[in-house]
Amino acid sequence: MGSISEIINHHLEYTTGAIQIGGFMIPRGVYISWGIILVLVVLSIWFTRKMEVVPTKKRQVVIESFVNMLYNMLYGILGEHGKRYIPYLMTVMIYLGVANMVGLFGLAPPTKDLNVTVALAVMSIILVQYAAIHQKGVGGWMKSFTQPVAVVTPLNVLELVIKPLSLCMRLFGNILGAFIIMELIKTVIPAVVPLAASMYFDIFDAFLQAYVFVFLTSLYIQEAIE
Amino acid sequence: MIAIGAGMAALTGIGAGIGIGMATSKAVEGIARQPEASGKITSTLILGCALAEATAIYGLVIGLMIIIML
Repeated sequence: MGSISEIINHHLEYTTGAIQIGGFMIPRGVYISWGIILVLVVLSIWFTRKMEVVPTKKRQVVIESFVNMLYNMLYGILGEHGKRYIPYLMTVMIYLGVANMVGLFGLAPPTKDLNVTVALAVMSIILVQYAAIHQKGVGGWMKSFTQPVAVVTPLNVLELVIKPLSLCMRLFGNILGAFIIMELIKTVIPAVVPLAASMYFDIFDAFLQAYVFVFLTSLYIQEAIE
Repeated sequence: MIAIGAGMAALTGIGAGIGIGMATSKAVEGIARQPEASGKITSTLILGCALAEATAIYGLVIGLMIIIML
Protein backbone atom coordinates (compact mmCIF):
# COMPACT_ATOMS: atom_id res chain seq x y z
CA MET A 1 0.00 0.00 0.00
CA GLY A 2 2.98 2.27 0.32
CA SER A 3 3.45 2.22 -3.41
CA ILE A 4 -0.08 3.49 -4.11
CA SER A 5 0.36 6.54 -1.94
CA GLU A 6 3.68 7.10 -3.65
CA ILE A 7 1.97 7.05 -7.02
CA ILE A 8 -0.65 9.52 -5.81
CA ASN A 9 1.97 11.76 -4.25
CA HIS A 10 4.02 11.73 -7.41
CA HIS A 11 1.08 12.76 -9.53
CA LEU A 12 -0.18 15.49 -7.25
CA GLU A 13 3.18 17.29 -7.33
CA TYR A 14 3.03 19.94 -10.00
CA THR A 15 6.74 20.66 -10.02
CA THR A 16 7.70 17.33 -11.54
CA GLY A 17 8.52 17.43 -15.21
CA ALA A 18 9.19 21.15 -15.14
CA ILE A 19 11.67 22.34 -17.72
CA GLN A 20 13.92 25.32 -17.42
CA ILE A 21 14.02 28.15 -19.93
CA GLY A 22 16.28 31.06 -19.06
CA GLY A 23 15.68 31.69 -15.38
CA PHE A 24 12.13 30.27 -15.27
CA MET A 25 10.90 26.90 -14.11
CA ILE A 26 7.96 26.11 -16.36
CA PRO A 27 5.56 23.57 -14.87
CA ARG A 28 4.43 20.63 -16.94
CA GLY A 29 0.82 21.80 -17.17
CA VAL A 30 1.92 25.06 -18.79
CA TYR A 31 4.02 23.70 -21.60
CA ILE A 32 1.53 20.96 -22.44
CA SER A 33 -1.09 23.72 -22.67
CA TRP A 34 1.20 25.58 -25.05
CA GLY A 35 1.49 22.47 -27.19
CA ILE A 36 -2.31 22.12 -27.27
CA ILE A 37 -2.76 25.78 -28.20
CA LEU A 38 -0.23 25.41 -31.01
CA VAL A 39 -1.97 22.34 -32.41
CA LEU A 40 -5.39 24.00 -32.24
CA VAL A 41 -4.15 27.19 -33.95
CA VAL A 42 -2.52 25.21 -36.75
CA LEU A 43 -5.70 23.17 -37.21
CA SER A 44 -7.85 26.31 -37.30
CA ILE A 45 -5.67 27.96 -39.92
CA TRP A 46 -5.67 24.82 -42.04
CA PHE A 47 -9.45 24.51 -41.89
CA THR A 48 -10.17 28.10 -42.82
CA ARG A 49 -7.88 28.49 -45.80
CA LYS A 50 -9.59 29.57 -49.03
CA MET A 51 -13.10 29.68 -47.69
CA GLU A 52 -15.89 30.31 -50.19
CA VAL A 53 -19.34 31.77 -49.75
CA VAL A 54 -20.95 28.69 -51.29
CA PRO A 55 -18.82 25.82 -49.97
CA THR A 56 -17.63 23.24 -52.43
CA LYS A 57 -14.86 21.63 -50.41
CA LYS A 58 -15.64 18.99 -47.84
CA ARG A 59 -13.47 20.43 -45.09
CA GLN A 60 -15.32 23.73 -45.07
CA VAL A 61 -18.65 21.93 -44.68
CA VAL A 62 -17.25 19.88 -41.82
CA ILE A 63 -15.92 22.85 -39.89
CA GLU A 64 -19.06 24.90 -40.55
CA SER A 65 -21.36 22.18 -39.24
CA PHE A 66 -19.17 21.71 -36.16
CA VAL A 67 -19.12 25.41 -35.31
CA ASN A 68 -22.85 25.66 -35.98
CA MET A 69 -23.57 22.81 -33.63
CA LEU A 70 -21.63 24.47 -30.80
CA TYR A 71 -23.15 27.87 -31.52
CA ASN A 72 -26.74 26.60 -31.49
CA MET A 73 -26.15 24.66 -28.31
CA LEU A 74 -24.91 27.79 -26.53
CA TYR A 75 -27.41 30.15 -28.12
CA GLY A 76 -30.26 28.03 -26.75
CA ILE A 77 -29.07 28.77 -23.23
CA LEU A 78 -27.80 32.31 -23.53
CA GLY A 79 -30.38 33.89 -25.80
CA GLU A 80 -30.10 37.19 -27.62
CA HIS A 81 -28.49 39.27 -24.89
CA GLY A 82 -25.75 36.77 -24.22
CA LYS A 83 -24.70 36.41 -27.84
CA ARG A 84 -21.47 38.32 -27.32
CA TYR A 85 -20.04 35.77 -24.90
CA ILE A 86 -20.51 32.75 -27.14
CA PRO A 87 -17.09 32.87 -28.93
CA TYR A 88 -15.21 32.78 -25.62
CA LEU A 89 -17.33 29.88 -24.37
CA MET A 90 -16.82 27.93 -27.60
CA THR A 91 -13.06 28.41 -27.30
CA VAL A 92 -13.06 27.19 -23.71
CA MET A 93 -15.10 24.14 -24.68
CA ILE A 94 -12.74 23.16 -27.49
CA TYR A 95 -9.63 23.77 -25.38
CA LEU A 96 -10.99 21.82 -22.41
CA GLY A 97 -12.17 18.95 -24.58
CA VAL A 98 -8.73 18.55 -26.10
CA ALA A 99 -6.87 19.22 -22.85
CA ASN A 100 -8.75 16.55 -20.92
CA MET A 101 -8.20 14.07 -23.69
CA VAL A 102 -4.42 14.17 -24.14
CA GLY A 103 -4.12 11.31 -21.67
CA LEU A 104 -4.88 9.22 -24.74
CA PHE A 105 -1.51 10.17 -26.22
CA GLY A 106 0.50 9.39 -23.11
CA LEU A 107 0.82 12.99 -21.88
CA ALA A 108 -0.42 14.21 -18.54
CA PRO A 109 -3.55 16.33 -19.03
CA PRO A 110 -2.93 19.96 -17.98
CA THR A 111 -6.23 20.04 -16.10
CA LYS A 112 -4.82 17.43 -13.74
CA ASP A 113 -3.11 20.37 -12.09
CA LEU A 114 -5.32 22.28 -9.65
CA ASN A 115 -3.81 25.59 -10.74
CA VAL A 116 -5.13 25.25 -14.28
CA THR A 117 -8.69 24.48 -13.21
CA VAL A 118 -8.73 27.26 -10.61
CA ALA A 119 -7.56 29.71 -13.27
CA LEU A 120 -10.34 28.63 -15.62
CA ALA A 121 -12.97 28.85 -12.88
CA VAL A 122 -11.81 32.33 -11.83
CA MET A 123 -11.99 33.48 -15.46
CA SER A 124 -15.53 32.15 -15.69
CA ILE A 125 -16.66 33.95 -12.57
CA ILE A 126 -15.10 37.24 -13.65
CA LEU A 127 -16.92 36.83 -16.96
CA VAL A 128 -20.24 36.26 -15.17
CA GLN A 129 -19.85 39.35 -12.99
CA TYR A 130 -18.74 41.41 -15.97
CA ALA A 131 -21.83 40.28 -17.89
CA ALA A 132 -24.05 41.31 -14.98
CA ILE A 133 -22.39 44.73 -14.71
CA HIS A 134 -22.55 45.30 -18.46
CA GLN A 135 -26.24 44.50 -18.55
CA LYS A 136 -27.44 46.16 -15.40
CA GLY A 137 -24.84 48.74 -14.44
CA VAL A 138 -22.88 48.74 -11.21
CA GLY A 139 -25.83 49.84 -9.08
CA GLY A 140 -28.08 47.18 -10.51
CA TRP A 141 -25.39 44.59 -9.91
CA MET A 142 -25.14 45.55 -6.27
CA LYS A 143 -28.88 45.44 -5.94
CA SER A 144 -29.10 42.02 -7.57
CA PHE A 145 -27.40 40.62 -4.50
CA THR A 146 -30.54 41.39 -2.49
CA GLN A 147 -32.84 39.55 -4.87
CA PRO A 148 -35.32 37.89 -4.30
CA VAL A 149 -35.49 38.64 -0.58
CA ALA A 150 -33.11 40.93 1.33
CA VAL A 151 -32.48 38.19 3.89
CA VAL A 152 -30.53 35.98 1.48
CA THR A 153 -27.87 38.62 0.77
CA PRO A 154 -25.07 36.82 2.71
CA LEU A 155 -25.93 33.63 0.83
CA ASN A 156 -25.71 35.45 -2.50
CA VAL A 157 -22.35 36.94 -1.59
CA LEU A 158 -21.15 33.51 -0.47
CA GLU A 159 -22.21 32.07 -3.81
CA LEU A 160 -19.67 34.35 -5.47
CA VAL A 161 -17.04 32.11 -3.90
CA ILE A 162 -18.81 28.77 -3.94
CA LYS A 163 -19.72 28.68 -7.63
CA PRO A 164 -16.13 28.84 -8.98
CA LEU A 165 -15.01 26.48 -6.23
CA SER A 166 -17.50 23.82 -7.28
CA LEU A 167 -16.66 24.34 -10.97
CA CYS A 168 -12.94 23.85 -10.47
CA MET A 169 -13.26 20.99 -7.98
CA ARG A 170 -15.56 19.08 -10.27
CA LEU A 171 -13.21 19.35 -13.24
CA PHE A 172 -10.04 18.72 -11.22
CA GLY A 173 -11.46 15.75 -9.31
CA ASN A 174 -12.82 14.04 -12.41
CA ILE A 175 -9.64 14.38 -14.45
CA LEU A 176 -7.27 13.55 -11.58
CA GLY A 177 -9.33 10.54 -10.55
CA ALA A 178 -9.49 9.26 -14.12
CA PHE A 179 -5.73 9.72 -14.52
CA ILE A 180 -4.87 7.91 -11.29
CA ILE A 181 -7.22 5.03 -12.07
CA MET A 182 -5.73 4.69 -15.56
CA GLU A 183 -2.22 4.59 -14.10
CA LEU A 184 -3.23 1.94 -11.56
CA ILE A 185 -4.92 -0.19 -14.22
CA LYS A 186 -1.88 0.06 -16.44
CA THR A 187 0.32 -1.08 -13.56
CA VAL A 188 -1.87 -4.02 -12.63
CA ILE A 189 -3.24 -5.35 -15.95
CA PRO A 190 -1.34 -3.87 -18.87
CA ALA A 191 -2.99 -6.06 -21.50
CA VAL A 192 -6.54 -5.33 -22.72
CA VAL A 193 -8.39 -3.66 -19.86
CA PRO A 194 -6.69 -0.25 -20.34
CA LEU A 195 -8.27 -0.05 -23.78
CA ALA A 196 -11.85 -0.38 -22.55
CA ALA A 197 -11.27 1.80 -19.50
CA SER A 198 -9.55 4.42 -21.62
CA MET A 199 -12.55 4.65 -23.94
CA TYR A 200 -14.63 5.77 -20.99
CA PHE A 201 -12.18 7.84 -18.99
CA ASP A 202 -10.06 9.46 -21.64
CA ILE A 203 -12.71 10.16 -24.27
CA PHE A 204 -16.24 10.17 -22.92
CA ASP A 205 -15.51 11.63 -19.49
CA ALA A 206 -13.18 14.26 -20.96
CA PHE A 207 -15.69 15.71 -23.37
CA LEU A 208 -18.51 15.41 -20.88
CA GLN A 209 -16.64 17.38 -18.22
CA ALA A 210 -15.71 20.07 -20.74
CA TYR A 211 -19.34 20.35 -21.79
CA VAL A 212 -20.58 20.49 -18.18
CA PHE A 213 -18.07 23.23 -17.31
CA VAL A 214 -19.14 25.43 -20.20
CA PHE A 215 -22.83 24.64 -19.72
CA LEU A 216 -22.74 25.69 -16.08
CA THR A 217 -20.84 28.89 -16.90
CA SER A 218 -23.38 29.82 -19.56
CA LEU A 219 -26.20 29.03 -17.12
CA TYR A 220 -24.68 31.44 -14.59
CA ILE A 221 -24.33 34.09 -17.30
CA GLN A 222 -27.94 33.67 -18.34
CA GLU A 223 -29.03 33.91 -14.74
CA ALA A 224 -27.01 37.10 -14.26
CA ILE A 225 -28.36 38.71 -17.43
CA GLU A 226 -31.88 37.48 -16.87
CA MET B 1 -6.95 7.70 12.28
CA ILE B 2 -5.92 8.87 8.86
CA ALA B 3 -7.27 5.67 7.35
CA ILE B 4 -10.58 6.04 9.19
CA GLY B 5 -10.90 9.62 7.98
CA ALA B 6 -10.15 8.74 4.39
CA GLY B 7 -12.55 5.81 4.56
CA MET B 8 -15.34 8.06 5.81
CA ALA B 9 -14.64 10.51 3.01
CA ALA B 10 -15.28 7.70 0.56
CA LEU B 11 -18.81 7.25 1.88
CA THR B 12 -20.02 10.18 -0.25
CA GLY B 13 -20.34 7.70 -3.08
CA ILE B 14 -23.58 6.46 -1.51
CA GLY B 15 -25.43 9.69 -2.28
CA ALA B 16 -24.27 9.77 -5.87
CA GLY B 17 -25.13 6.11 -6.41
CA ILE B 18 -28.66 6.42 -5.07
CA GLY B 19 -29.35 9.71 -6.84
CA ILE B 20 -28.11 8.58 -10.24
CA GLY B 21 -29.93 5.27 -9.87
CA MET B 22 -33.23 7.05 -9.25
CA ALA B 23 -32.63 9.43 -12.13
CA THR B 24 -31.92 6.56 -14.49
CA SER B 25 -35.06 4.73 -13.42
CA LYS B 26 -37.19 7.79 -14.17
CA ALA B 27 -35.43 8.21 -17.50
CA VAL B 28 -36.09 4.62 -18.48
CA GLU B 29 -39.73 5.07 -17.51
CA GLY B 30 -39.93 8.18 -19.67
CA ILE B 31 -38.43 6.41 -22.65
CA ALA B 32 -40.80 3.48 -22.21
CA ARG B 33 -43.72 5.86 -22.27
CA GLN B 34 -42.59 7.87 -25.30
CA PRO B 35 -39.86 6.28 -27.42
CA GLU B 36 -39.71 9.27 -29.81
CA ALA B 37 -38.33 11.49 -27.07
CA SER B 38 -35.48 9.13 -26.24
CA GLY B 39 -32.79 11.40 -27.73
CA LYS B 40 -33.64 14.36 -25.51
CA ILE B 41 -34.19 12.17 -22.46
CA THR B 42 -30.80 10.52 -22.92
CA SER B 43 -28.88 13.76 -23.20
CA THR B 44 -30.67 15.26 -20.19
CA LEU B 45 -29.88 12.10 -18.23
CA ILE B 46 -26.18 12.31 -19.10
CA LEU B 47 -26.03 15.94 -18.06
CA GLY B 48 -27.82 15.25 -14.78
CA CYS B 49 -25.49 12.35 -14.00
CA ALA B 50 -22.39 14.47 -14.61
CA LEU B 51 -23.69 17.11 -12.19
CA ALA B 52 -24.71 14.59 -9.53
CA GLU B 53 -21.35 12.84 -9.81
CA ALA B 54 -19.67 16.04 -8.62
CA THR B 55 -20.59 15.47 -4.97
CA ALA B 56 -18.98 12.06 -5.05
CA ILE B 57 -15.90 13.66 -6.60
CA TYR B 58 -15.71 16.16 -3.72
CA GLY B 59 -15.44 13.16 -1.39
CA LEU B 60 -12.62 11.73 -3.50
CA VAL B 61 -10.72 15.02 -3.41
CA ILE B 62 -11.10 15.30 0.37
CA GLY B 63 -9.95 11.69 0.78
CA LEU B 64 -6.88 12.36 -1.34
CA MET B 65 -6.08 15.51 0.60
CA ILE B 66 -6.39 13.65 3.90
CA ILE B 67 -4.01 10.93 2.74
CA ILE B 68 -1.48 13.37 1.35
CA MET B 69 -1.42 16.04 3.98
CA LEU B 70 -1.96 14.24 7.28
